[in-house]
Amino acid sequence: MALTGSRVRRSIALMWRGMRSHPGIYVLAVGASGLFGALTVGVSRAVGWATDSVVVPAIAGDEAARDRVWLGGLVLAAVAVSLALAVAARRIWAGYGVVRIQADHRTALTRQYLRLPASWHRGHPAGQLLNHTTSDTEAATGVFNPLPFALGVVVMIGVSVALLLTIDPWLTLAALAVIPVTVAVNAVYQRHMSPAVTRAQRLRGDVADVAHESFEAALLVKALGTEDREESRFGGRTQELRAANVRVGIVRSLFDPVIQTLPSIGTLLVLGVGTWRISTGDVAPGDLVTAAYLLTMMTVPVQAFGWVLGELPRALVGYERIAQVADATGALAHGDARLPQTPGQAGMSVRLADVGVDLPAISGARGRSITLLDGVDVEIEPGATVAVVGTTGAGKTTLVSLLARLSDPTRGQVLLDGVDARTLADGEIPAQVALVTQSTFIFEDTVRGNVTLADPGAPGAPSDSEVWDALRLARLDETVRDLAGGLDAPLGERGANLSGGQRQRLAIARALVRAPRLLVLDDATSAVDPRVEQEILRGLADRADDGAGAEPDTDPRPGTTVLMVAYRMSSVALADRVIHVEGGRVADTGTHDELMARDPGYRALATAYEVETERREKERADEAAAGALDDELDELEEVAR
Amino acid sequence: MTAVTDEAEVPEDLLDADGARIESTSSLGVFATLRRGIEISPEITRGMWITLGLALLAAAGRVVVPLAVQQTIDVGILADAGPDLGRVALLASLATGALVLAALCAALVNVRLFRSAEAGLATLRTKAFRHVHNLSTLTQNTERRGALVSRVTNDVDTVSLFVQWGGIMLLVSALQILVATGLMLVYSPILTAVVWISFVPMFLVIRYGQKYVNRAYTLVRERVGAMLGAISESVVGAETVRAYGVAERTGRRIDGAIEDARSAQARSQVLVAGTFSSGVLISNLVLAVVVVVGTLLGVGGGLTAGQLVAFLFLVQLFTGPVQMATEILNELQNAVAGWRRVIAVIDTPVQVAEKPGAVTQQRGPAHVTLRDVRFSYPNGPEVLHGVTLDLPPRTKVAVVGQTGSGKTTIAKLVTRLMDPTAGAVELDGVNLRDLAFASLRERVVLVPQEGFLFDGTVLENAAYGLRAPLPVPVGAGSSPARDVGEGQASRTESSDAEPSGTEPSGGERLAVEPSGGEQAGAERAAVEQAFAELGLSDWVADLPDGLETAVGQRGEALSAGERQLVAIARAYLAQPDLLVLDEATSAVDPATEVRIARALDSLTAGRSTITIAHRLSTAEASDLVVVVDQGHVAEVGPHAELAAADGIYAQMHASWVAQTR
Ligand SMILES: Nc1ncnc2c1ncn2[C@@H]1O[C@H](COP(=O)(O)OP(=O)(O)OP(=O)(O)O)[C@@H](O)[C@H]1O
Ligand SMILES: Nc1ncnc2c1ncn2[C@@H]1O[C@H](COP(=O)(O)OP(=O)(O)OP(=O)(O)O)[C@@H](O)[C@H]1O
Ligand SMILES: [Mg+2]
Ligand SMILES: [Mg+2]
Repeated sequence: MALTGSRVRRSIALMWRGMRSHPGIYVLAVGASGLFGALTVGVSRAVGWATDSVVVPAIAGDEAARDRVWLGGLVLAAVAVSLALAVAARRIWAGYGVVRIQADHRTALTRQYLRLPASWHRGHPAGQLLNHTTSDTEAATGVFNPLPFALGVVVMIGVSVALLLTIDPWLTLAALAVIPVTVAVNAVYQRHMSPAVTRAQRLRGDVADVAHESFEAALLVKALGTEDREESRFGGRTQELRAANVRVGIVRSLFDPVIQTLPSIGTLLVLGVGTWRISTGDVAPGDLVTAAYLLTMMTVPVQAFGWVLGELPRALVGYERIAQVADATGALAHGDARLPQTPGQAGMSVRLADVGVDLPAISGARGRSITLLDGVDVEIEPGATVAVVGTTGAGKTTLVSLLARLSDPTRGQVLLDGVDARTLADGEIPAQVALVTQSTFIFEDTVRGNVTLADPGAPGAPSDSEVWDALRLARLDETVRDLAGGLDAPLGERGANLSGGQRQRLAIARALVRAPRLLVLDDATSAVDPRVEQEILRGLADRADDGAGAEPDTDPRPGTTVLMVAYRMSSVALADRVIHVEGGRVADTGTHDELMARDPGYRALATAYEVETERREKERADEAAAGALDDELDELEEVAR
Repeated sequence: MTAVTDEAEVPEDLLDADGARIESTSSLGVFATLRRGIEISPEITRGMWITLGLALLAAAGRVVVPLAVQQTIDVGILADAGPDLGRVALLASLATGALVLAALCAALVNVRLFRSAEAGLATLRTKAFRHVHNLSTLTQNTERRGALVSRVTNDVDTVSLFVQWGGIMLLVSALQILVATGLMLVYSPILTAVVWISFVPMFLVIRYGQKYVNRAYTLVRERVGAMLGAISESVVGAETVRAYGVAERTGRRIDGAIEDARSAQARSQVLVAGTFSSGVLISNLVLAVVVVVGTLLGVGGGLTAGQLVAFLFLVQLFTGPVQMATEILNELQNAVAGWRRVIAVIDTPVQVAEKPGAVTQQRGPAHVTLRDVRFSYPNGPEVLHGVTLDLPPRTKVAVVGQTGSGKTTIAKLVTRLMDPTAGAVELDGVNLRDLAFASLRERVVLVPQEGFLFDGTVLENAAYGLRAPLPVPVGAGSSPARDVGEGQASRTESSDAEPSGTEPSGGERLAVEPSGGEQAGAERAAVEQAFAELGLSDWVADLPDGLETAVGQRGEALSAGERQLVAIARAYLAQPDLLVLDEATSAVDPATEVRIARALDSLTAGRSTITIAHRLSTAEASDLVVVVDQGHVAEVGPHAELAAADGIYAQMHASWVAQTR
């Protein structure tokens, strides 16, 4: 989408693309504008005619002329009506064009936001992204407001120049003399304006960014009482933006009067030259009068070009900022392979074959990369429940999110049912794999919408009873039943009207309702109390068993494959196998008991609470003992005295 | 105009029951909006009279050209004695002079207007932004984050065109209309009356049309706000959208919002085009009427042909500014629509506000008391049913209970993010409502359940807790704790080998002002020491760039547990008298959690902590356990006592023990 070439080329390309994307609208807008140009000439002709052949003779006593007064009025009125209609049409279609092109930009941008991977989003603040859809979009399309006007009167200008030529070439030359001046002025303008606007648009983005981040952090800001600090942070950016806008304003303030004065100067020039031509006898006085009126009339249409020129730098900057997003690459490509099993069938087999993940570091030296995972080789049989355990920052989330293909490994392969995840068709993975992310995200939607993530009644959307089942499994059914509206209860933005644990359980229900063949729980019960956590996990295990027995015609099949990141040993105990991740590598894998026996790192994690409890009890006992000892010592001292 | 109720007029007690909302737009009328807008940003009208004077000169200059052309033709070219070159040259150069002068004035006017308008808008933005933070948490939640952003960005921008250009031009146009009327009266009072009467329908159209234009623009602002809300949601929730493969549906929803915005915009364009072209229509119809009536008058002998022609010229001087005025009035409606949305934010009542004459407390051990506290969320059932608690100073309190039982609610009441519906929360015997916020926030800090990191480095995020600028240390190794008390200060010598010569990162996004080198050094030292004292130096050392590691948007380049580590360090650096931790270590591995808990324990000795956790290890280590059950305090007592008793806690603890072994 990016524009290339010189500034003139890019400007033309920008305007051309916009108009070409909505040809119908622009034909109408430019056509109406052309009509307007013609009618402007019409009005002055009509007034001239009325004056010469009606008003003056009538007042002089011409009876016939007096009878024509009404006709004159009618003609003028007819022209007035057509002119107004042309103006209305021009403005309406020009307006339609602008808002359509804006909508196009917005759609292109937001589609791209949805397409681009998390790694891209991490480098692009939400506030900036919002700003692209508003301020940058408006900047990019501002030029389309005066454009149809300017284009429509091109004909009029052409005709005028032709007329002038028939009168006198020197007069024409005088009239056109302002063109090179305009070009020069414009060149100076564009040169100063481009950097000024670039800076202003960037700062607009920054202001939106600070605002968005600060509002997202509103609770934290309150909790720490840092409102003043946030205000000065935002205020600082706002003042920078103010200064940048003033700078843009000054450049524009100087340009606009100059460009608007030039046509008038041209007219005066023509008068001067014309008088000289009359004195030499080359031009008749009447012709000069015609020429002068022609030029006065042209002032406004020519100014429309000034507006277009004035808006162009902003448009280019806005467009380029949008194009940067539109042209960003990195979205995960999909293949066309299908998983051998269909949704609802037995658990999925998963294999991570020598997987490694590197990421470019976002701070520090450029081009440096950090390794999040390395040499991970894991096989999970269908229907198995596997726990992933590791210290904070070990790489658990990185590992499990590969399975839902939130990103691709740098090295090695992720095989789902033996098929490389990268080759699978779009939609295959979400249909069969459900990932409950570590931080829950709730949409501003109803409870039902948040669980199904589908429009009610859409084909394939889970039924209400399936939703209730999922809520029951997630132990959220009673809470939902208590909400006014039940499944239709609206949840605030980010689920603000639920407690932390309720949000998390809603996210679990969202995964369960899909009856996935692979369920990935990334520490999905951290905000849930231990008892409920047990209930949920047991429920899952039971359901897996039910699923296996539900279809008697096939052999006893394994149920859903479950991969869960967990800290609580009770959860781990439910797993068939444990993968211990440490420093981005699989330190060991085996059953809980095996790891307890041979993996000291694992043992440290698994027994941390136990050890701490013991330590504390010992400490308390020691303290008590020490207290007792102190007392004894005191006594001894007493005695000694 | 619109039927929005004015929250400001609702009696105070009703407000408490329903909660203040951020209205989508204020209910002020056009003039009231202008007045309020200028009251908020007085810069807008600063120096206005000089600007107006210059603007009039510029406008006069623009009239010069047609006059000069007229004159040149009449006396220069069509002179009886043939074209008079000298005269033409004189007139033309006079006109050029006037033009240049007018252009200069116009440029000056523009510059002045840009300066005052931008200054005013910056103030408007900042005030609205600040007010959002002043609003209570619950009020903040009544509007989408994305839409709030649009209130301080886009909606303000909407005002700018009118403020930069419209206001002044409206005055200039009005004056032009007056002058033209005066001149017309000289020629023919009757025709002047005819002109004015002809414009009556147009004034009606404008009056009537403006209402629709205003509504249309208001709708545009609302829809753009809604659109931003939808986009913001899809951006922040991108991971979930991807994990569930619902990009298509999300895209459709956004498309809907974009289309809504577009159709509202298109509608407003039609209305604007309609009112504007009706101005064009009447302006030109007036010409027809004047020609007819004037001719009839002339025939009757009341007017000469010359006078009529001159009058026609004046009519055009009259209709020009009238058309300009309709354009500006439309722009005014646009500005008012945006302005109202910003004013709606600024005029939203602050519910959890500081009383006049609020108390400032001495720092020291915090004693928290809850007296029969009840709470219900707006339009919701009661979630706390009379909670009474006495948390003595220097106590480590653990709050436990089922999901949804009301723990976070208690935490928010204790930190006065919300006020109880009934009952009172007291700090050292003073009702929190009577306490100055500065004092309260200095003494009491909450680590919320949903942690948040700013896009910056680990250092910047942790240093965010150092709310006041640090005194530059006299010697090395001084504690970040301004006063840790109980002689617990430097347990750990800051021996950890962080290369201290590292440049501070380019970001500095959170820095309030470019802090001097010494200041930055002091901050760094304090942050390093805090991590060391929390036993996290090794973790910091393992990060790719140590303290300078960038955390990414919302901290997403760190793992969830790591984000919590930073959040704890941040709160620790704030050194409050009472630290409230709402599941602050829920994503941290057990070994690290235990280590931090132990560190915090000794570091915060002499202070109070309230810890909410599902992991009962916290409760085991506490002095006092509070069990919350369905909005009631079910049990209170030391761990050993409760665990031995036969109650909810004993059950919970038993299952916890079973789970951890
Ligand atoms: N986008 C990223 N850019 C840079 N580093 C990253 C990024 N994402 C994760 N990391 C780093 O990779 C490591 C592993 O992160 P991951 O989220 O997988 O940990 P985890 O095991 O899930 O931890 P936790 O238990 O805290 O959730 C962490 O040290 C983290 O800082
Ligand atoms: N903003 C809100 N609006 C309406 N209801 C709310 C709001 N926040 C919480 N609630 C409700 O109030 C009750 C108590 O919530 P609270 O957040 O205090 O629970 P909690 O004990 O902290 O639970 P968790 O352990 O899950 O964090 C819950 O039923 C919840 O649904
Ligand atoms: Mg994780
Ligand atoms: Mg909570």
